[in-house]
Amino acid sequence: MNKTFNLIQRLLLSLSAILTFVIMTPVSHAALEIEISGGGAQQLPIAIVPFNQDAVKNQDNIASIISADLRRSGMFRVLETAGVVSKPSTISQVNYSDWANLQAQAIAVGKIEQLPGNRLKVSFQLGDVLKQSQLASMDYNIAPNQLRMTAHKIADVIYQKLTGDSAIFASRIAYINKTKERYSLQVADADGVNPQTVVSSNEPIISPSWSPDGTKIAYVSFEKKKPIIFVQSLMTGQRTTLASFKGNNSAPAWSPDGSKLAIVLTYAANSQLYLINADGSGLKPLTKSNAIDTEPVWSPDAKWIYFSSDRGGSPQIYKISSIGGDAQRVTFDGPYNLSPRFSPDGKSLAMVRNDGGKFRIALQNIVTGQVQVLSEGNQDESPSFAPNGRVVLYATKVGGRGALAAVSADGRVRQRLSESGGDIREPAWGPLLN
Amino acid sequence: MNKGIFNKKVLGALVLAAMLSACKSTPMTDKPASVEDKSPANTTMTQSSNDSADTSGVKEVSIDSNANDANNPLKDPSNILSKRNIYFDFNSDTIRGEFRPLIEAHAKYLLANTDAKIVLQGNADERGTREYNLSLGQRRAVSVKKSFNLLGVQDKQIETVSFGEEKATQNCADEACYQLNRHVDVVYGND
Repeated sequence: MNKTFNLIQRLLLSLSAILTFVIMTPVSHAALEIEISGGGAQQLPIAIVPFNQDAVKNQDNIASIISADLRRSGMFRVLETAGVVSKPSTISQVNYSDWANLQAQAIAVGKIEQLPGNRLKVSFQLGDVLKQSQLASMDYNIAPNQLRMTAHKIADVIYQKLTGDSAIFASRIAYINKTKERYSLQVADADGVNPQTVVSSNEPIISPSWSPDGTKIAYVSFEKKKPIIFVQSLMTGQRTTLASFKGNNSAPAWSPDGSKLAIVLTYAANSQLYLINADGSGLKPLTKSNAIDTEPVWSPDAKWIYFSSDRGGSPQIYKISSIGGDAQRVTFDGPYNLSPRFSPDGKSLAMVRNDGGKFRIALQNIVTGQVQVLSEGNQDESPSFAPNGRVVLYATKVGGRGALAAVSADGRVRQRLSESGGDIREPAWGPLLN
Repeated sequence: MNKGIFNKKVLGALVLAAMLSACKSTPMTDKPASVEDKSPANTTMTQSSNDSADTSGVKEVSIDSNANDANNPLKDPSNILSKRNIYFDFNSDTIRGEFRPLIEAHAKYLLANTDAKIVLQGNADERGTREYNLSLGQRRAVSVKKSFNLLGVQDKQIETVSFGEEKATQNCADEACYQLNRHVDVVYGND
């Protein structure tokens, strides 16, 4: 077991059956069905023993949530444990040879106990079956409603220990769900479960943007028959107008420290970039051109703002210092590149590229300029990186309706998240939850 | 409780209630933006946790009497002022000659009625990203505004805004469909 375990060796699309599963538990249902294709030749075989959760029988099944997360990463083969007689709930109860017979390389066990004051204790250990040693041990003291998120955190611990990557599962995604003529900004766990409506309107809502600490979302609402930017707290529901100037107010993008946002205003002219403090004060123009300048995004070091512009004729991505100055062109490959989004490490830029009339998600290496097209649809847009940078979430169309899709940043594993009856667009992956 | 389309599936999930409350919905009316909304009924923004069973069934009732429309040149179907849509070619903000009379008529009306205010609402077809299409619709609205300026209408009577592709027909199969989505609408303050 080591961190250089190379999990996604090559694309086996033609060989691997498309794996479809729906997460179902006795008390809640998956809202989004997740379909995975591709995946690695060398997926790490792991046994997730059903946790002893007699204390909370009617709650979500922790082991199922962990298994689904790991499976969805494309990096693990979660073994069927139903045939194994022993059901250890602590690492000391593990008879390693049982699990070696199952070809497991790792084993996760755990239990949930009731604590006074309506609290729960979730204990979990991860074992290396070959070395017969413990790799991780965690205890969580939680409120009952944190059970599902705790399962995602345990999946993160397993993922981090066994792949060397940083965490991804204990996070949330925001997106717009359109039903009939109603638009809802919703937030769901990163596995698509537990969607909650943050705000809804019978006029369009677009461009949700997470504050870096994950407590707020900025978005554009047309409720006043024109685009206006709002900021809303997820905890309190408190909603404030960030920008409601003459003309359009759109494309909010938080600075990495959360103190300000880059936005787009028009007044009586074309779209231009501005900076504004998170409380709506201190508006400052950033670009001054006769062209369209829009879709700003901050580099993770906060030094640059990348944006879309047609100042050179065709729409391309440019960058400008976040304290102002001259813009420099960033994309040269292809006639149309829009919607820049930075990977968390600042090394690559996801974007929407028009490939002969097909709008697809592409990734450009910031240093070398090398471009790789990641998606396969005709109307793919709104790329958004997972907190660990390993996956790009985006909007696609399936049967004429909006759906979410995700692709690993190396282009090898694809997933599609769909919801029956919904028209889902504008995904934004939020930061990790503490 | 979430009353979105996931409602039926989620209703039984009492265990999720606390997660829901951690991510509270909000009424959209608590802090109105400083923009005038003169439509007959205000856009209905509902607090989703208080939604009744049918959240989308808010019926818009017009409080305007239409009795005087015949005397209102802006509403009289035989008057060119009742024509409000200016269409554009693909990726273009150039105003086609066929729309000159329409713009000239509205300019004349605005010069004669200096209290009248219009919003020029730009639109784009669905191809491309939403924010970029918002900017494309805006550019078309600005193009129409400049035509009004050349005819003597001041900026204070005009606001340019864009709906981007948000009002566009989805899943167009051909140009005949796309072209109907590339337009600027002339909307009067009391429309």
